[in-house]
Amino acid sequence: MKILVCISNVPDTTTKVKFVDNNTRFDSTGVQWVINPWDELALTRALELKDASAGVIQSVTVAHVGTAAAEPTIRKALAIGADEAIRVNADPADAYTVAGCLAEVLKNDPFDIIICGIESSDHNGSAVGGMLAEFLNYPSVSAVSHLNIENGQPVIIREIDGGKESLSVSMPFVAIVQKGIAKEPRIASMRGIMTARTKQIKVVEPQAVKALTRVVEYEMPQKRGSCKFIDPENPKQLIELLQNEAKVI
Amino acid sequence: MSVLVYTENWDGKFKKSSFELVSYASKVAEMLNSAVTALSIGKVDTAELEKLGKYGAKNIISVVHDSLTTLDNQAYTKVIADIVRKINAKIVIMSFNNTGKAIAPRLSVNLTAGIAPGVSRLPLSINPFIVYKRAYSGNAFAHLLIETEIKIITLAQNSFELIESPVSPTIENMQVDIDQGLVKTQLKDVQKQTGKVLLTDAEIVVSGGRGMKSPDNWGPLVELANLLGGATACSRPVSDEGWRPHEEHTGQTGKIIAPNLYMAFGISGATQHLAGVSSSKYIVAVNTDKDAPIFEAAQYGIVGDALKILPKLVEAVKELKTR
Ligand SMILES: Cc1cc2nc3c(=O)[nH]c(=O)nc-3n(C[C@H](O)[C@H](O)[C@H](O)COP(=O)(O)OP(=O)(O)OC[C@H]3O[C@@H](n4cnc5c(N)ncnc54)[C@H](O)[C@@H]3O)c2cc1C
Ligand SMILES: Nc1ncnc2c1ncn2[C@@H]1O[C@H](COP(=O)(O)O)[C@@H](O)[C@H]1O
Repeated sequence: MKILVCISNVPDTTTKVKFVDNNTRFDSTGVQWVINPWDELALTRALELKDASAGVIQSVTVAHVGTAAAEPTIRKALAIGADEAIRVNADPADAYTVAGCLAEVLKNDPFDIIICGIESSDHNGSAVGGMLAEFLNYPSVSAVSHLNIENGQPVIIREIDGGKESLSVSMPFVAIVQKGIAKEPRIASMRGIMTARTKQIKVVEPQAVKALTRVVEYEMPQKRGSCKFIDPENPKQLIELLQNEAKVI
Repeated sequence: MSVLVYTENWDGKFKKSSFELVSYASKVAEMLNSAVTALSIGKVDTAELEKLGKYGAKNIISVVHDSLTTLDNQAYTKVIADIVRKINAKIVIMSFNNTGKAIAPRLSVNLTAGIAPGVSRLPLSINPFIVYKRAYSGNAFAHLLIETEIKIITLAQNSFELIESPVSPTIENMQVDIDQGLVKTQLKDVQKQTGKVLLTDAEIVVSGGRGMKSPDNWGPLVELANLLGGATACSRPVSDEGWRPHEEHTGQTGKIIAPNLYMAFGISGATQHLAGVSSSKYIVAVNTDKDAPIFEAAQYGIVGDALKILPKLVEAVKELKTR
């Protein structure tokens, strides 16, 4: 059995977000790039499953659609423990392009379980995983908070709006994972970092997949009015303001 | 050129978010000079279906099928895509909730329709079609251009008000064919959360952070939430410590919510936390540190001890209720 984890390369979560060129482009000067937090947890879970599988899971591969600039992030995934890495050489404009490029590669190089994160912290699309599954005509399960392999078959818990469901699904399939999938991201060991240096990142040239959407402009969130402070000795006043001024209670 | 809105029910009753979606769809249809068709999947009686008319749904399509009792992403996608083609819908609107996130991306590929995820306002313009969506985890917004003939919008929860524009709807019970081979997920067990306001649906959310000091101090916080008809939430360290259930964790790596009122007790306001709550209409912060970043996001604040202030707030709300 082979597992693929799709990783997105995103600005570190503490990045001060800024734009250039009349607010049309993200300003990447000085930005630290990291594996999208969900994808890091997805990779961690894939490695845990492999370690526990007594050889049933042969390999964990990571795939990224992006330019060579993302190679440090891909190498970090190898250092954490991924066996192989694929980079699809493109500069994707939207989720559709990412998924289309991935699907093309996977048609010739299939995996049994493909894992995507629920959302990338930059585009907040929650789209690539589902799109990829539809391109490949595979089943997909979204909002997965638990993934296990029992008797060679995937067992899943997913969150629904107002509860949880446990499911079985046939392979190959796409799991779109969220909180709960792994506790803490696995950290690269010294040995992992050393071996990652010598591992090859396989670079694939995709056919052009046309984007369906395009960001024309970015905007910063509106500043909230400054905070009105209430005397800690008289919290009742807060309730009055919420009722009569904000009118939310 | 019609607008199709996908509604969801819970045990045969529509969720409030479904009425919000229909309200939103009606406004979009108005911009396009067209009409709204609402799609409902699952057993919902006529009286309940008619409620969608109150928010402007002219046509209602109701689909009931044994293979659609639980969400199989592929089967649902096929059913919805077929209906989009059949009624020649040009805009498809769904919620940016777990269901919408599961289906909308598949629909996008099936229909070659560009998707705008997590939209929080009406389209900025129709021709060209540009929508306003969240980006960089709430640190920015994007004006997204959709270039395809069919367009999909997923609406961020609690971002649009209910607007009544009553029509008397026509209801069509539509038969659909589903190839059994298509259904590849099998439901084994369901655990429904009952009797509590769902965090993602809640209009008021009362939340606690590490400043609450101990899991034993949550009593008055929960009481305040109950009195206000709201839900409870927490910061990530609090759920990591096991002080509160994981379902309550809000933020970039937890739930993203947008209630009318978010009350943060003993939460510092780290960017990753704010990423999940910054779309709230009002934020209230109670924190001992006057320089805590949460006060930059809040409209109302109290510099003080949450453990002393919470019981006083509970009293004040009780008093308000008896007035
Ligand atoms: C990749 C990544 C993802 C993350 N995702 C999330 C996420 O989704 N959600 C999230 O919440 N965090 C997330 N974090 C963690 C985040 O950075 C903060 O560490 C966390 O939000 C802090 O939680 P807190 O405010 O409860 O605790 P603290 O930062 O410890 O703050 C406690 C606050 O309580 C105040 N206080 C102390 N005593 C009292 C009292 N008696 N009364 C009132 N106030 C008091 C203090 O002044 C302080 O401001 C993430 C971090 C990373 C690196
Ligand atoms: N450029 C990319 N290359 C590979 N996988 C990606 C890429 N962008 C997004 N993904 C995957 O898709 C998930 C959801 O991303 P998004 O649809 O952008 O919110 C991420 O968590 C990744 O697993």
